[in-house]
Amino acid sequence: MGEILRYDHVDVSYNGLCMVHDVSFAVQAGEILGIAGESGSGKSTLLRAAMGLLGRDGMVTRGDIWYGGRSLPDLSSGEMRRISGSEIGMIFQLAGSSFCAIRTVGVQLFEMMQAHGMEDRKLFEEQARELFARFGFPDPQRILDSYPFQLSGGMQQRVGVAAAMLLRPKILLADEPTSALDVTVQKQVIEEMLLVREMFGTAILLVTHNMGVIRAMADKLLVMRDGRMVEYGEAGEVLEHPQAPYTKQLLAAVPRLRR
Amino acid sequence: MAPVLQVEHLKKIFFSDAGEELTAVNDVSFAVHAGEKVAIIGESGSGKTTVARLVTRLSDVTEGRIVLMGKDITRASGRKLRGAYANMQMVFQSPAESFDPRCTLGDGIAECLRNFGRSRKEAEQETLRLLRVCGLAADFAGRYPHEASGGQCQRAAIARAIALKPKLLILDEATSALDVTVQAEILALLTQLQREFSLAYLFICHDIALVQDFCDRVLVMHEGRVVEEGASEEVIRRPKQAYTKRLIDSVL
Repeated sequence: MGEILRYDHVDVSYNGLCMVHDVSFAVQAGEILGIAGESGSGKSTLLRAAMGLLGRDGMVTRGDIWYGGRSLPDLSSGEMRRISGSEIGMIFQLAGSSFCAIRTVGVQLFEMMQAHGMEDRKLFEEQARELFARFGFPDPQRILDSYPFQLSGGMQQRVGVAAAMLLRPKILLADEPTSALDVTVQKQVIEEMLLVREMFGTAILLVTHNMGVIRAMADKLLVMRDGRMVEYGEAGEVLEHPQAPYTKQLLAAVPRLRR
Repeated sequence: MAPVLQVEHLKKIFFSDAGEELTAVNDVSFAVHAGEKVAIIGESGSGKTTVARLVTRLSDVTEGRIVLMGKDITRASGRKLRGAYANMQMVFQSPAESFDPRCTLGDGIAECLRNFGRSRKEAEQETLRLLRVCGLAADFAGRYPHEASGGQCQRAAIARAIALKPKLLILDEATSALDVTVQAEILALLTQLQREFSLAYLFICHDIALVQDFCDRVLVMHEGRVVEEGASEEVIRRPKQAYTKRLIDSVL
């Protein structure tokens, strides 16, 4: 079990204003790290910093994000493109809106595979069908032949997760992957992501404001507030015995179902 | 005592461009009594928001009857519908979007008072009082929606909703867009207002744990129908229908 990703005293600034302050943590192979916090706490910014997705105005102004001996913020865009998807996968809140609406899912996924060196369309379809079947999709070929809008929101999300695994990335960065979904569908997507880890040993960096999702998935938990780390530790430990006053307040505000 | 709101055999059919029928709400009946907090839960597409839109007359009903404070408002329009809005007000999911971006929050609140015949001066004074009741400082009257946070905007929306002293508030996912700590504050405000003015709430929500904490009674909707109904604690702890069980088992 090696270390996959390490944030080392990272600051992120937008337009010269420091929004994320001095964040350090590491993710081990096969580990699920949950990053929790409210709107504006900087949790998505942290994740985007790894992929160079901070936009024109944002940049990592201090510290490093290490991946396999390389500092991600220092990579050229070409180098970044090579490891995006193939080594570091991403899944967003609305996987459906990351697809082009007027081309089928299969065509778009093949394009992604071509960008990473695959040329054989038949081989790709075979691999995709096999992977989708392993994730329990009833009719994989139908998914490849569908336009994104022909799939429900939950299905789009599940396809997004499965598609990210076509390239077998070592780590999956997930930004609010279940926040747009109903509870019953949310549960399916969570189960699928846990299956990702089980089948491929993929580490997952999971950003969410939903403490229930953290409880169901995360091994470790990082709580953010106003761009700073508030608490970091074993997820079970932090959830049961929060130390920081803010973590206590946050957990107390979450309605818990009494069964 | 007669209920504040009585809904009987409500039905709504939408027609697609191709002329296909979609029954969004099918034979829904329920009542909300004074001071009662009733929740409608269900997944997206179950018809809960359509019920809210029918009750508030933002959509026309296909069949059925809506009775508010003893008056049939099913087809009410004009002056009669305006009269109904003095008894029933709404709070929506997206706080900032429910205010005109070019008007201050104070103008937005005062407008409904002016519409119901208050003088400009009275309306202004009343607006400041309402803001205070909802936990906002007087200077929020002069702020624009984008100058307030989501939680502050939602407080202003609640101030506007209670301005006419309605008997019933319809809250459609009113806390869903807010952070949990802010959500807790808004719920505390709603609880306080409910005690003070014995308001009734029709609370549309997909967060079942929140409904268990906040509401007296719950209706579970699935594919346009009410599949189960009862005291929230009873329905959530001992669901009788397979669908309700599945919904509750999915909660993390």
